[in-house]
Amino acid sequence: MRIDWFAPLAVLLVLGGALATRHVDSNFLFYAGYVVLQFVVLATAWNILGGFTGYVNFGSAAFFAVGAYTTIALNKWLGLPLLAILPVAALVAGLIGLAAGYLTLRLRGVFFSIATLALAVVLETMVANWDYVGGASGSYVIPPAEVPFFDNYIEGLFSLMLALAVAAVAIARYIARSKIGRGFAAIRDDEVAAECMGVPTLRLKLIATTLSGALMGIAGAPYPFYVTYVEPTSAFNLTYAVNAIAMPMVGGTTTWFGPVIGAVLLGSLQQWATVTISSELNLLIVGVTLVGFVVLAPQGLVGLARQALARVRRRP
Amino acid sequence: MIRFSATRRWALKLGATAFAAALTLAAPLQPSSAASPQKPVKIGFSMALTGGLAGAGKAALIAMEIWRDDINKAGGLLGRPVEFVYYDDQTNPSTVPGIYTKLLTLDNVDLVVSGYATNMVAPAMPIVMSRKMVFMSLFGLAVNEKFHYPNYFQIMPAGPHPRSDWSAGFFDIGMAQTPKPATVALVGADAEFARNALDGARENANKAGLKIVYDKTYPAATADFTPIVRAIQAEAPDMVFIASYPPDSAGMVRAINEVGLKAKLLGGGMVGLQYASLLSKLGASLNGIVNYDFWVPEPTLKFEGVEEFLKKYQERAKGQGVDPLGYYLPPYAYAYLQLLGNAVNAVGSLDQQKLADYIRSHTHKTVVGDVTFAPNGEWSTPRALMVQFQGVDDSGLEQFTHAGKRVVLWPEQWKSGTLHYPYAQ
Amino acid sequence: MLDLFLNALAAGVLLGGFYAAVTIGLTISFGQLDIVNIAHPAFIVLGSFCTFVLHEHLGLDPVLAGVLLTPVFFCIGVGLYSVYYASFERRGDETLRGLAFFFGIMFILEVLLIMTFGVDYRLVETAYIGQAIHIGPVGLPFRMLVPFAVAMATAGAIYLYLSKTFTGRAILAVAQDRLALQLMGADPVRTKQIAFGIGLATTAIAGSLLIMLGPVEPSLGRLYIGRVFAIVVLGGMGSIGGTIVAAIILGVVESMVATFYGPSWAPAVAFGFLLVTLAVRPAGLFGR
Repeated sequence: MRIDWFAPLAVLLVLGGALATRHVDSNFLFYAGYVVLQFVVLATAWNILGGFTGYVNFGSAAFFAVGAYTTIALNKWLGLPLLAILPVAALVAGLIGLAAGYLTLRLRGVFFSIATLALAVVLETMVANWDYVGGASGSYVIPPAEVPFFDNYIEGLFSLMLALAVAAVAIARYIARSKIGRGFAAIRDDEVAAECMGVPTLRLKLIATTLSGALMGIAGAPYPFYVTYVEPTSAFNLTYAVNAIAMPMVGGTTTWFGPVIGAVLLGSLQQWATVTISSELNLLIVGVTLVGFVVLAPQGLVGLARQALARVRRRP
Repeated sequence: MIRFSATRRWALKLGATAFAAALTLAAPLQPSSAASPQKPVKIGFSMALTGGLAGAGKAALIAMEIWRDDINKAGGLLGRPVEFVYYDDQTNPSTVPGIYTKLLTLDNVDLVVSGYATNMVAPAMPIVMSRKMVFMSLFGLAVNEKFHYPNYFQIMPAGPHPRSDWSAGFFDIGMAQTPKPATVALVGADAEFARNALDGARENANKAGLKIVYDKTYPAATADFTPIVRAIQAEAPDMVFIASYPPDSAGMVRAINEVGLKAKLLGGGMVGLQYASLLSKLGASLNGIVNYDFWVPEPTLKFEGVEEFLKKYQERAKGQGVDPLGYYLPPYAYAYLQLLGNAVNAVGSLDQQKLADYIRSHTHKTVVGDVTFAPNGEWSTPRALMVQFQGVDDSGLEQFTHAGKRVVLWPEQWKSGTLHYPYAQ
Repeated sequence: MLDLFLNALAAGVLLGGFYAAVTIGLTISFGQLDIVNIAHPAFIVLGSFCTFVLHEHLGLDPVLAGVLLTPVFFCIGVGLYSVYYASFERRGDETLRGLAFFFGIMFILEVLLIMTFGVDYRLVETAYIGQAIHIGPVGLPFRMLVPFAVAMATAGAIYLYLSKTFTGRAILAVAQDRLALQLMGADPVRTKQIAFGIGLATTAIAGSLLIMLGPVEPSLGRLYIGRVFAIVVLGGMGSIGGTIVAAIILGVVESMVATFYGPSWAPAVAFGFLLVTLAVRPAGLFGR
């Protein structure tokens, strides 16, 4: 029997990250790391639907913002701590994912994409007009001065996001290797054929939209504590939607680890560019990598690696 | 597939090279801090050089660089040269916490100032506060209301109650007319500044005993303002307070002229009617509008050094794609550093607490006039000017460099002309 | 009240005409060719900036500038489709990757515009902008009337081209049955090249109208992404007439909501309408 190396590795990673906050004294790394990990969650979440089943979600930013605004609302209403809010954020975003899926998944894939785009506009308008969470004028969330176990709140946020990222990846990995994953792949390859073979396509797709939405909500839930001031245009920012698509594309969409690779590479590159290049060229990174990869390396880095490996093996 | 393999191999190689280069470059950009006696004073900040606020951000940066060159020519701070460490925040608030952490922990800057506008100021606050740094802020609207940070100082001349002081002038002017206006319409954009300005205007309207007959906001994606202007027209308000962003301000002005809106006083919080690009195009259709401004070339506002500064700014702004006149934001971007720098030289050290105490307790001479701070870090007296467009024609930009096109009506101390009333011709 | 209603209706129809102008090209590329060109609004903004340059330096009327730009944009479209075909369609994995491709193109376009023009707002001023004609109680500003007329003319020309010429009919056919088209003796790739080129050429005209309406900055296109795709879907994916009707419906809905309820809710109502349509009538209002 093959030993599953993933679980121990995951635990080690989370513990190692938490330990690092004790010994590494550069808060910048934690801020930057937080953003990269947030994109790992977002990209993984997008890929569960987009990569595994082939349904493209344009509205990732909306689900991200739903998570963020759940935090703001619950924090203001009940003063709940972030850990208690996370499951609610996942639930709310998951339900919206389910509803969106239920309404539109009977349609061809591209209509689903347009519907998610429309959903983002509708949600943004509602939030902008919801004065309780600050409406369009925005809302402040003051981070707590002290966080148990950690020296300051960013170390806590970083460790939390690390745990969430590992959990999200574990879920994606589980799906990719399970019966559900094979069903997803069947949908991606040929939905009609899958349906004929008795694959319960609608139910599977609803699982995917719900799960994907919930994970995106989780990626957004800690955001208010990270940025302290949230208003709709920044929470619904198109860059989240773009990155959620670009990162899996760069890494490779058909595997669970493709988005992780893409998010870590592209995310780190952006963080690095922010504090070094600091010019318009910065913005070109996402665009050029995205176009470059889809044209030259359609299977992403994972595909490139596989080809290279195959070539090596073929050699005597 | 085969056709692409060569390209792909090339791409791979390129990627690997880029990655290696990234690793070498990722080392902090700071110059080697050799133990020379002339160790520079480093000022760190984030600035919007790309994204939605980049126009303002780039103009602000030019102004800041002028100050840096000026101060270095005059011997620097504490006898040390001044150096900037700054990063592009891409008008994206989520980059700000990382940037300020890097500035304070890795770049070891001696002073920090804020980037441009509320969205970029607020995310830096917790980080700056945890280090107890003096924080000069560039046009953050009422940011300190939630943080109550004693070392926060705001250069925007909004006043101690920024939300309502902002539009106080507009309502003061209106209520001084006979017959007194009785009704007001409030309209603004669904976005941070506009919403706050509307809240303040609502407060002022109630205080003045005006009846609010229209109170609505519109979304950023509004393409045509005609329906909105007509809906306002239907309520026949005496005053119309508008809190809008540059593209909507232009759309509003055009729709108001096309519909022939009949209000007696109109304007208030329209962002963009200070920018050269819009002024030169809208021309005569601006006449009669009363709007806020921060600096105009009127004889009452010739503060010491401001004209000299503007000359330098206009020289440097050429070909940069930024506001060629630079009346609106740049003097303040110069002033917030000027104020901080003068404080450093006056205190004689970089001790943050001493600096904060000094800034709080003194009146400061700057290119935007005398500045005194209220306990919450805002200006102690509001000076958001209300100006009226008068005698503007369609000849383009040059006319706006002369006095008399945007006359100051409020506050009384800086008044340079009289109101043309009512608005509707 | 009646005055207000009539004016809201008129403003809505004119706004709808403008929406039709910015959408018509996408009706061809997305509706008929199934190419999810999400960069369409970004090209419109490019058209606006090119118009601005021609207007500012040569004094050309914006609409004329837009028309003169169409051949250039047509060529860009042909080139872009060639890349798209070689990279995606021939391999048969176009939807997902093609989408990402255009997403990237959109970003690159924005940055190039920022690098060339800066981020300052640009707008054009002509003699007729700011004027309005009045018919009874209804006022029609030229700023909206001209885009409406230009949109109708463009749509009419495209409609005639598609229904009367051989290439036009081939374009209509290519989306439905490639094989039949080949049997007809038309090269499907070439046909699609031309179709996509036409789709992109319209963005030059749409751009000239956009900058007439109000100030333009490089990332303005983002605000139109949702709207243009919504209109194509509502219009039934590829029908020129459907697109115009859907655009006018959207314009009237926005205008009515803005006038009588509150402009803040206009986008939510318009897109809610789209969501409901998708749920109830998936093929759009005028689906094939």
